[in-house]
Amino acid sequence: MEIAEELAKQQKAISVAEFFEKNRQILGFDSAPRALITCVKEAVDNSLDACEDAGILPDIFVQIKRNGDYYQVIVEDNGPGIVPEEIPRVFAKLLYGSRFHTLRQSRGQQGIGISAGVLYSQLTSGKPTKVISKIAPSRPARYCELMINTAKNEPEIIKEEDMDWERPRGTRVELEMEGSYVRSRRQSVFGSLKSAAIVNPHARITLVEPEGNIEVFERATEALPKKAYAIQPHPAGIELGELIKLLRYTDKKKLRVFLKETFSSIGTISAQELCSRAGLDPETSPTGLEHEEAKRLLAAFKQLKMKSPPVDCLSPIGEDLIKAGLEKEFRLDFIATMVRPVCVYSGNPFLVEVGLGFGGELEKESRVEILRFANRVPLVYQQGACAITHAVESVSWKNYSLGQPTGSGVPVGPAVLLVHIASTNIPFTSESKDAVADVPEILAEIDLGLKEVARKLRRYLSRQSVLSERREKEEIIRKILPRIAKKLSDILEKEEPDIGPVVAKIMGNLLVFRRKDAQNGLTNVQIEVENHSDLVRAFKLHEVLKQEAVAVSPAAKVVSLGDSYDYHWKLTLGPGESTTLSYTIHSDDTALGEPVVEGLDAEIVTGARVI
Amino acid sequence: MEKTEITQKKLEGLAGDLYNQFEKGIVPHISLPSRTKANIEYSTKDDVWVYGDQETLRSVKTVRGAKTLLKTVYLSELLIKEHLKNNRGSTLREIYYISENWDIAKFHEQAESDRLIEDLEIVTALQREDFHVRPEEDGAAVFGPLKLQEKTRRGEKEIHCQEDVGEAGYQIPFNVDNVKFLSHDAKMVMAIETGGMYARLIENGFDEELNAILVHIKGQPARSTRRFIKKLNAELKLPVVVFTDGDPWSYRIFASIAYGAIKSAHLSEHLVTPTARFLGVQPSDIVDYNLSTDKLTDQDMQALRAELTDPRFNTPYWVKQIKLQMDLKKKAEQQAFAGKGLDFVTKKYLPERLTEMGII
Repeated sequence: MEIAEELAKQQKAISVAEFFEKNRQILGFDSAPRALITCVKEAVDNSLDACEDAGILPDIFVQIKRNGDYYQVIVEDNGPGIVPEEIPRVFAKLLYGSRFHTLRQSRGQQGIGISAGVLYSQLTSGKPTKVISKIAPSRPARYCELMINTAKNEPEIIKEEDMDWERPRGTRVELEMEGSYVRSRRQSVFGSLKSAAIVNPHARITLVEPEGNIEVFERATEALPKKAYAIQPHPAGIELGELIKLLRYTDKKKLRVFLKETFSSIGTISAQELCSRAGLDPETSPTGLEHEEAKRLLAAFKQLKMKSPPVDCLSPIGEDLIKAGLEKEFRLDFIATMVRPVCVYSGNPFLVEVGLGFGGELEKESRVEILRFANRVPLVYQQGACAITHAVESVSWKNYSLGQPTGSGVPVGPAVLLVHIASTNIPFTSESKDAVADVPEILAEIDLGLKEVARKLRRYLSRQSVLSERREKEEIIRKILPRIAKKLSDILEKEEPDIGPVVAKIMGNLLVFRRKDAQNGLTNVQIEVENHSDLVRAFKLHEVLKQEAVAVSPAAKVVSLGDSYDYHWKLTLGPGESTTLSYTIHSDDTALGEPVVEGLDAEIVTGARVI
Repeated sequence: MEKTEITQKKLEGLAGDLYNQFEKGIVPHISLPSRTKANIEYSTKDDVWVYGDQETLRSVKTVRGAKTLLKTVYLSELLIKEHLKNNRGSTLREIYYISENWDIAKFHEQAESDRLIEDLEIVTALQREDFHVRPEEDGAAVFGPLKLQEKTRRGEKEIHCQEDVGEAGYQIPFNVDNVKFLSHDAKMVMAIETGGMYARLIENGFDEELNAILVHIKGQPARSTRRFIKKLNAELKLPVVVFTDGDPWSYRIFASIAYGAIKSAHLSEHLVTPTARFLGVQPSDIVDYNLSTDKLTDQDMQALRAELTDPRFNTPYWVKQIKLQMDLKKKAEQQAFAGKGLDFVTKKYLPERLTEMGII
């Protein structure tokens, strides 16, 4: 026998279940604490997806119990339930799911997550997974004990029976596995659920920890997220192989119909336009297209400016709910949010949302916490490998009032950043879904979103500093100056000095300061007007007198009011300028009313009444 | 005019200035010489270090400046109405506690009130004794052939600083103005850093043998100690030598006696003895007498480096000694002489050193 024939005997297909059995790190089960987190996360994701599809406000119960050397993970939801026939395959067959073949935003995509949990559980504890599911109050619940036949990647049903269950509908899954429960850091069951609660503010999640401690992440809104609809692929960025595959297997008889029906954002007119650009007959059969022709068609896709993909395939969290989510889990002084428009990479629509929280009880000297989310799922591990982190690091944060000691990298300061990427297909770097790949289109969108919230932060902080300067001045004026004046008068046993002129100078106000000097039956009046601000002030100054004045300098307009006279001057003073007005009255006992300023705000005038 | 009256007039003048600034619409302010190392310069007139021309402005434009001025007027009122008018006094610490009742004018720590009193000394060109403010600790002790008279609350007392005092010596009062020198039989004044060495010299009869007035300065000398040394030097025309440990911190003790301190440069003319000379322990003594030593710490090295940039140590003698010590990386205490026998310091080291300095 030839060697090749000898070797050929050993060749055989590998079941996907066997493959993952040997490569569990790919699925996120590489360490004991992590396995527990991944398992909870996958089960919770499934529950959230199911509830969303059914239009139910999720109420999810998670319990971790210690059982000797093992941990029991129980996740229970109020979702629509799973029909009895499907239960075994949903939980005990890898790559089985409802979402892989549609273009729509959902948490789960490939149908691996929870079955990988089942696989890990049976590998480490040797015990079957117990599932209860009920689809209507009138129907009995179905109870199953399941394992995966790894050689065949098929479910093995250990036990199956109908039973009573107090819930009207929902699903409960119970797995037992090796694990390790940590609490304090973000990479924990608690931390990952807390993050999930931020981007799923419509969900209530209850966690019962091994020691019996109960944590409830209460919902911040009763409104369900907008439902995401399935769409056709978008022509922008589609690859040649994918196009050829679509052409070969279509049931459409004409190319123009194929284009219009297979892709989103292509209508009758753009289909015609594409065909003529590619030099192809719109009426030809798509299945008969040559390789060369397919290439021309792809080139035409790239030339033609296509409209963006429809938004309804994506379900963004929205600015209001990002804000509510951040407010719910942090104490903050300021929150800025931004939802970017829908964009496309490789034919997949995606959208970036960014939230920034600042101040409050956040640590002032430590690195900013980055909360990463993809399709409403928190990303916990491999922060350094993620496009979100890379985009954060490349922003020059010093321009936006946050510290960045080395000029690049994660900024330092009392802030928290939230970035959510929603897409029909998130480009993860690996199947464990820890990090988003550095796709240029996605990096660019995150960058724009980050800079937008950063600009909002900078505006907020500069407004704060103006306010605090104003507050500082008010403290001087209201509390300190009057006390200094009082003490000085105590020491010197004199009248308290008028602090008005000093107040005007400190506040940058317009100061009106009048002196009277009576002698020989005449009263000479001088009014000093000083502009202490940085701006030009134009206004009228009125003096209302009981009798006519003489030697009025500069000349003033006089309006007789019957029993009195209104003298007024029209004045314009530049920054720092001052002027003196004067007049004389034939009387040595003149009670004068306050001078009146017309045309300025009251808070910028000292020493006069403002009308 | 009596001193109290002058003091009161000056403090009221300060308040009057601020009052007039309000009346004239000038933002109230006080300007003070800036109290940093960069603003210390040598006055050839008095041979002491004084503040230069740099000034800092304290105005009510900022909350900090406004609060300081508020505290200044509160403090002025206390000094005028409680101290001067009633002939009472307080210690620095008591003033800090008195401010408890001043609401937003309250001092946050004693250092703050101490500093403000120094500011008032500068602005009024007076001394805190004039304000009836005294330090917590007493002045140091004196032992030697000196007869003086002290004005106390129980009348005037005549004291001979060898015959009428105990082993510890005569205690310098906080207000040296109350002391009058009557007669003496001394050839020099020796300021000594440590109590151990002061006691050693008394035990060995060094004061009688060499007619020396010994002053125990207790580490960094208090103001009254420095005034007392200055008074001995100025009135009795006695040379002053300073005997300390051989480490960077002790050189600063010498500097404060001979050149003045940054904090009190405004009082240099009252406190500083420019002719005072450094006796030892010199870094070169470590080599010459083969003394037992300790290693210099990082802080010691840092202090030596800082002294090389200090204008007060910018003389060939000091530069040479400091550089030598940085090479040796060693320091020695005064007590290190005991390793050569209890009499070594009085029989050998001091006579040799004083001869070398031309004092005996």
